[in-house]
Amino acid sequence: MTQSIVVQVGQCGNQVGCRFWDLALREHAHVNKKGIYDEALSSFFRNVDTRRSDGEGCDIAGGKIRSLKARAVLVDMEEGVVNEILQGPLRDVFDSTQLITDVSGSGNNWATGHRVYGSAYSERIVERVRRAAERCDCLQCFFLIHSMGGGTGSGLGSRVLNLLEDEFPEVCRIVTAVYPSAEDDVITSPYNSVLAMRELTEHADCVLPVENQSLVDIVNKIRHMAHSGKPGCVIRKDSTLISGQGGVTGAAKPFDAMNNIVANLLLNLTSSARFEGSLNMDLNEITMNLVPFPRLHYLVSSLTPLYTLADVNIPTRRLDQMFTDAFSKEHQLIRADPKHSLYLACALMVRGNVQVSDLRRNIERLKPSLHFVSWNQEGWKTGLCSVPPVGHSHSLLALANNTCVKPTFMELRERFMKLYRKKAHLHHYLHVEGMEQGCFTEALSSLSSLIEEYSQLDATKTLLLPDASRLSIAT
Amino acid sequence: MSVVTVQLGQCGNQIGQELFDVISNDSNDARTCSPRAQGKAYHACSQERFFNEEASGDPSARAVLIDMEPKVITRTIATAAKSGRWKYGEQSFFCQKQGSGNNWANGFRVHGPRHQEAMGDLVRREVERCDRLAGILTMMSVAGGTGSGVGTYVTQCLRDDYPHTFILNQLTWPYCTGEVIVQNYNSVLTLSHLYQYSDAILVHENDAVHRICAQLMNIKHISFSDVNKVIAHQLGSVLQPAHTGHTHSQYSRNPMGELMSSLVCHPEYKLLSLCTIPQMASSSLPYSAFFWPGLLKHLRQMLICSARMEEGIDWQVRAPSVGQGAAETRGIRELGFNTSLANLLILRGKDVSSADTGGFLDPALYCPWLPAEGAISTWRSPLPFNKYEKSATLVSNSQSLLKPLDHMVGKAWNMFASRAYIHQYTKFGISEEDFLDCFTCLEQVISSYRYL
Repeated sequence: MTQSIVVQVGQCGNQVGCRFWDLALREHAHVNKKGIYDEALSSFFRNVDTRRSDGEGCDIAGGKIRSLKARAVLVDMEEGVVNEILQGPLRDVFDSTQLITDVSGSGNNWATGHRVYGSAYSERIVERVRRAAERCDCLQCFFLIHSMGGGTGSGLGSRVLNLLEDEFPEVCRIVTAVYPSAEDDVITSPYNSVLAMRELTEHADCVLPVENQSLVDIVNKIRHMAHSGKPGCVIRKDSTLISGQGGVTGAAKPFDAMNNIVANLLLNLTSSARFEGSLNMDLNEITMNLVPFPRLHYLVSSLTPLYTLADVNIPTRRLDQMFTDAFSKEHQLIRADPKHSLYLACALMVRGNVQVSDLRRNIERLKPSLHFVSWNQEGWKTGLCSVPPVGHSHSLLALANNTCVKPTFMELRERFMKLYRKKAHLHHYLHVEGMEQGCFTEALSSLSSLIEEYSQLDATKTLLLPDASRLSIAT
Repeated sequence: MSVVTVQLGQCGNQIGQELFDVISNDSNDARTCSPRAQGKAYHACSQERFFNEEASGDPSARAVLIDMEPKVITRTIATAAKSGRWKYGEQSFFCQKQGSGNNWANGFRVHGPRHQEAMGDLVRREVERCDRLAGILTMMSVAGGTGSGVGTYVTQCLRDDYPHTFILNQLTWPYCTGEVIVQNYNSVLTLSHLYQYSDAILVHENDAVHRICAQLMNIKHISFSDVNKVIAHQLGSVLQPAHTGHTHSQYSRNPMGELMSSLVCHPEYKLLSLCTIPQMASSSLPYSAFFWPGLLKHLRQMLICSARMEEGIDWQVRAPSVGQGAAETRGIRELGFNTSLANLLILRGKDVSSADTGGFLDPALYCPWLPAEGAISTWRSPLPFNKYEKSATLVSNSQSLLKPLDHMVGKAWNMFASRAYIHQYTKFGISEEDFLDCFTCLEQVISSYRYL
């Protein structure tokens, strides 16, 4: 069994990370009734005996759970968020050796995060990560969580990505990046996002982009359903994608509902690697199957169902509805419509009481309405995990490598150009040591060439390309 | 004579466990049925072939379980132990922490060589516990990374370590609509390499078995466990003891050798397909009665039109009659007629000696350059198999796998033309030239079968 390390950077990264650890504990508590520290738990947690005199505690393999510590590194250049976590109910899950904080923050400036703090803290970051890695039997993956619009998350986060690639080149890097919506309140967020995107395109193995606006829409949809008051529409409170009920932390904070969705995304992504099933799907299989060309590694994700109905007398929503929903644009975690764009590859990770025949039937049913690239007409990767998430009997995570990310990137480029044409706010960046205008033009050209690659694939969408002619053998 | 089974990857391990289950149940049933002496001989032969007698406790399977991550092996060993009738040897497994990531190159170039010694030792230990080794059976899928990549490497090592032993590779081909996106690449790489080292390649297709489950066995929600049980039933009917042509009163001492010599007469033609008749839900078994003429007639037609199950057979396809001109014969071949190189019929059950296999002696079924009498062999066993009063299995070296193979190579070639995913393979040392070599090898195989 492999282990993964979560590196959460910046305010957004840490808040999402906090929700992730809460929900992970909830999920394992639900499954692991006997309190034994098993392989599934060890993928994200260490079992530590804290009674020893040295502050750190030593790792115990197997046996009863003593004290769980998360395999995480928390990085933030201001103290508020991390302090809040350390004073909250999750404080025992982290120890002081996993944190890196500073006082003044990055001022929403990518350059400050990437260059100034990046250089100042790079050694410490590497040391912390290395320590966490040494405690892993077999490290498979780094999960990096940060936002793109701010300064620390996007700047220092992308620097961390660089460091991880240099120090641990064989370990896969999966980045959950929260992209700013158009109505973002940080004016320089387009600059930060485009500068960070270049790093993501070059150094990440795969990126799961998430947009705040989509999360808000999903939250509203669930709340609307919960409060609609229609008889027979009462939802089980702990089953919604946004609920943290049953977790360790008490009252929900403002962004919690949205962050719970992202936390659930990560849990479902790793479910087949942690729990058993009839068709396992490990994390390295995700990067293998969904990334046909090295730079095109942006995966659009969707989670269904959003909730379970509480009234058990009502027949459970048909399984097929869950599959249909996964492809609808309301369920995607970025504002995109994959159904009307071109699929390069698609992965379906099913959890719970679903059999291979249900999976096949739904693939057959949905396939005609989807456009797949000509050389990958049957481009499906499927995984079946037998353990369902808390509150559901089954669930589906769909990951698509689809050209529908192109409009998102084009919009980002538009917003960037609006500021860049006027050189607005540029001086804040250029004042930082090591930054020059060249960085901006390079980042812009990286984004443009990425968009161009997606466009070229899009152009093949409606063409009926003939099959490549086969090798001929003399008979 | 004993058979050592090597189970590789998730698929290989899951099917392997079902296979041993079927074999164990069947031989235990045989012990209690009449005539007593025959049943006991069957049981003894099957036990010797597949299990080690343990001093205490249940017999342990002559098997080695290999996977690059631990979840499946743990589950497989636990399920076997729960059956209470047999188990896997405590030390007979090898696993690592991290899987092969569906990457053939990772399995073949990295995991295989790295763990060659450990895996080789496990197989050697099992082989040494056999009095006489009949052959090695490897079970794997071609779509994933471990089964296909590590499995190919292991087969290569087995061929080097045991040059005079028969190696039979049982392969499971994935659903055409995709279980793994790079499944066609992995399949092409596996088949082209295996063709050099293996003695015979026995293929099961998930699509075909799924249809059997859906239409014949009436299973509503088909799970992989159901699919695996059908495959195990078909394999069991081939591997369990039978009277082959040479030994009429004793069970064959050399099942794998006889299988190979009946079916694989030319190194260019190694692909074998299986079909079994009847296949039905176990609940319907007590209410059904079958007769040999009917079973054999259906089986013959299934062979001719490449059907894998006895429903929806196309009775329009007919063998060309002897004396027809070459052009007409070719015309009939175009219509989906399946030419065979060689066939092996295995009949099990009541009144088996009265079963008339004359229909299979028709020279029109076979390619012209082999005499028909040499192309068909029959094995018989008077005892029922796996609760079926009568059952007939046909192992066939014919054109029936031509279409799926062609389809698979075509898809892989299309993907290769756009160089998609190639960077994932070159990362581990499989270059584009290696791919081209594999494609060439398989095109050659396709061409050989097409012009049978």
